Amino acid sequence: MATNPGGVPLQKSTQEREGVVIRFAGDSGDGMQLTGTRFTSESVLAGNDVGTLPDFPAEIRAPTGTLYGVSAFQVNFSNKNVYTPGDELDTLVCMNPAALKTNIADLKQNGILIVDPAEFSSANLRKAEYKENPLEGNSLDKYQVYKVEVTKMTTLALKDTGLPNRSVMRSRNFFALGVVSWLFNRPIEPTLEWIQQKFGKNPVVADANSLAIKGGYNFGENTDMFASSYEIKPAKIAPGVYRNITGNSATALGFVIAAQKAGLPLFLGSYPITPASDVLHELAEYKNYNVYTFQAEDEIAGVGAALGAAFGGALGITTTSGPGMNLKGETIGLAATVELPLVITNIQRAGPSTGMPTKPEQTDLMQAIYGRHGESPIPVIAASTPVDCFCAAFEAARIAMKYMTPVILLTDGFLANASEPWLLPSADDLPSIPVEFRTDPQGFFPYLRDEATLARPWATPGTPGLEHRIGGIEKDYLTGNISYAPANHEQMVRVRHQKVQKITQEIPPIKVDGPEQGKLLVLGWGSTYGPIAAAVEDAQARGHSVAHLHLRYLNPLPADLGEVLGRYDKVLVPEMNMGQLVKLIRAEYLIDAVGLNKIQGRPFKVSEVATRIARMLEG
Amino acid sequence: MSTEAAVKLTRKDFVSDQDVRWCPGCGDYAILAQVQKIFPELGIPKEKAVFISGIGCASRFPYYMNTYGFHTIHGRAPAIATGLKISRPDLHIWVVTGDGDGLSIGGNHLIHALRRNVELKIMLFNNRIYGLTKGQYSPTSELGKVAKSTPMGSVDHPLNPMTLVLGAEATFIARTIDTEAKHQQETLRRAAAHKGGTFLEILQNCNVYNDGVWERLKDKDSKADTQLLLEHGKPLVFGKNKERGIRLNGLKPEVVSIRNGVSISDLLVHDEHDQTLAYVLSRMTPPNFPTPLGVLFSTERPTIEALMAQQIKTAVEKSGPGKLDDLLRRGDVWTVE
Repeated sequence: MATNPGGVPLQKSTQEREGVVIRFAGDSGDGMQLTGTRFTSESVLAGNDVGTLPDFPAEIRAPTGTLYGVSAFQVNFSNKNVYTPGDELDTLVCMNPAALKTNIADLKQNGILIVDPAEFSSANLRKAEYKENPLEGNSLDKYQVYKVEVTKMTTLALKDTGLPNRSVMRSRNFFALGVVSWLFNRPIEPTLEWIQQKFGKNPVVADANSLAIKGGYNFGENTDMFASSYEIKPAKIAPGVYRNITGNSATALGFVIAAQKAGLPLFLGSYPITPASDVLHELAEYKNYNVYTFQAEDEIAGVGAALGAAFGGALGITTTSGPGMNLKGETIGLAATVELPLVITNIQRAGPSTGMPTKPEQTDLMQAIYGRHGESPIPVIAASTPVDCFCAAFEAARIAMKYMTPVILLTDGFLANASEPWLLPSADDLPSIPVEFRTDPQGFFPYLRDEATLARPWATPGTPGLEHRIGGIEKDYLTGNISYAPANHEQMVRVRHQKVQKITQEIPPIKVDGPEQGKLLVLGWGSTYGPIAAAVEDAQARGHSVAHLHLRYLNPLPADLGEVLGRYDKVLVPEMNMGQLVKLIRAEYLIDAVGLNKIQGRPFKVSEVATRIARMLEG
Repeated sequence: MSTEAAVKLTRKDFVSDQDVRWCPGCGDYAILAQVQKIFPELGIPKEKAVFISGIGCASRFPYYMNTYGFHTIHGRAPAIATGLKISRPDLHIWVVTGDGDGLSIGGNHLIHALRRNVELKIMLFNNRIYGLTKGQYSPTSELGKVAKSTPMGSVDHPLNPMTLVLGAEATFIARTIDTEAKHQQETLRRAAAHKGGTFLEILQNCNVYNDGVWERLKDKDSKADTQLLLEHGKPLVFGKNKERGIRLNGLKPEVVSIRNGVSISDLLVHDEHDQTLAYVLSRMTPPNFPTPLGVLFSTERPTIEALMAQQIKTAVEKSGPGKLDDLLRRGDVWTVE
């Protein structure tokens, strides 16, 4: 039985639930991101599996109380595997009318809605474009509405601190966190400890926040409002050390560790762009790991500087989003022909042009594979979950150095900001990346290729006896000197293509989740992993013959993909675009793969994939 | 200029085995010859020298130097060279560009490389025309230039490379001429010795598409009147008999004859560390003024590569060389038993 902070056994009954999806929504200044993050930490310590999604406005400091100033954080916590931040909400916490207005549509019928009535003033209602107070009419009748006087009770709880009213208001989010922590039997001790660590230098604030969260917790226990609390038992989670991580952080770490495992400096050339900038910010903090971060004058200089660093023997990387990819295209073509290692990360967002910069999409797959001038084949690797961004970044860097080629890594705005628990590997268990610089002038030719990989030697400036010139003009097959010979050009085009195709030897044999043959294969790539995995698992639990295959390598495709696709009656390809992978699959394997497409700047809901799976199984 | 052990090299060591493919009579030959001539004096081991270029006739330069070389894409050489220099400060990097490559498509990279003070020796061959694409007007072509793309004359005003790079906070700005071998060598040596971002404009003749563009500057009979040879600490005089000079009238320079009460002591004295004076010199253009040649401006400022290396050193001193497990275990970590 759970206990409250005073250690007294709870008197109220508890109901058990498998899992809950909760969203905290409030004004940008209400501390919703922090509240969500703390609730997530409490949930992982309670032993649940979790998935989170922060959703914040593109506007930096929107006016208080406005609809476009609403910031939210969603947490899905469960005693089962969690694949996504959740479809519909079981519980919604709204700190003001604007948050209610923008979020209520996602709350399930009979879901729990917690609101702070004090915030529903006429001024706030006007800003939220409510003509009438929704707490007074019957528009919320289909929900379980709890009017929790967060503002009033926080003020009461903090009355002895002597803090001015404005500071007291800043602790409202902790009161709300206390209430929901009680409601879902989350331990608040870790947050109390965290408050001490975070605000220890300012004891007045630390005490205020501690009082607020305890006040909220005790309110939940003592009030008549809630008849019972909910318990979500621990999930079966592999033992080990965990942290919660976003995709952008995982991407940054993947690159640092790849560089360290290769024994090279990491050089990031980048230009600020949403949603990629956090990778630049994070890498800028890792200087003691021999990391150079260079904020360039534009996207072109970002990739150019990274390529220059690669010429000099560093692991050169660049990070951007769709529009930036277009600007980098010419340099990526140069990297392909001079055959230097380089990783270009495209954190995809809704386009074209500025589009919806904070919203995810998978619309740059064709651009990654084909979007350049000339025949310039480039390996393309995609990450499927926030944690997988680490593995994908590491792998992209490894392939780039082993095959002396630029590699495009695709993630997206959802993976960038979403987080999930990560069973931390031990650094020693991660493979080293052997890199050999050419030093021997004997028999040296700049384009003499390794037989196994077709990679040319990495001969960096500063090496005596290997002075040579590389460039964008077509090169002689062996010497790398300028050559316009017709047959030589075809040979070079073909060998660059063959080199990329060689990478299939790096791809492990395909393992699908589910039956190895059957009625339906759901084929995905990138951030659709979560909703597809959950929907397929659900269909399998109902006894359907459905399997899931998620591609990491999009160019080249796995050598055994055609054979695997042929083992299923139907193939469904859900994508957050108009159908890009599905076109590739149809063209490559001449099968009648079917697309499921959503282009709303939002991830698929599990139910959307599940519905389509059900329909395909019927037909 | 080098910390490496003295290396005895000759001009031939810097000549690559590739055929030089510029048009016969192109001014680029003379520049290549002077660079190959002075390079052995610099004490730079061959393998530590890198020539990086963009696109254009000038940008073929790296293929002809027997050093490391990278012929990149149009306008981007300074950006690519910046990444190399930051991560490999031990290398001596020269960037070769032209008026189209460096001032039009690559203008952004040029100004930012200079403001950052990356130690790149940027040589801009200015012939006021696009040669490789067969004769279109360039950003330094004079207004009204009749070229293939401007049959009725160009309608855009040219930019002034010197004023531009001064605005970009360049720490070294100089100008020389392809045919003036001795002056070119001296200027190249000064450029090589500068610790920081270096901008060297080389006035160069395209004998196919813009022949004679600098003729009045080069002509034996007129050059004494059209060249203003800058020397630090010396008054600005020119003319066959050094009979004319530059005087400041308010903020404006004026050409004066040294007679009738005007003496040498009335003239502007060149101070290459004076940025304001450099601006005045940059505005002196024909036909009203002789063209200043030599070092217009030089100053010392920390390079970006030194500052970045210092930050990494400080970070290591403060936090120790990074351990990978510490990196993985940053932030809130918990254990599942």
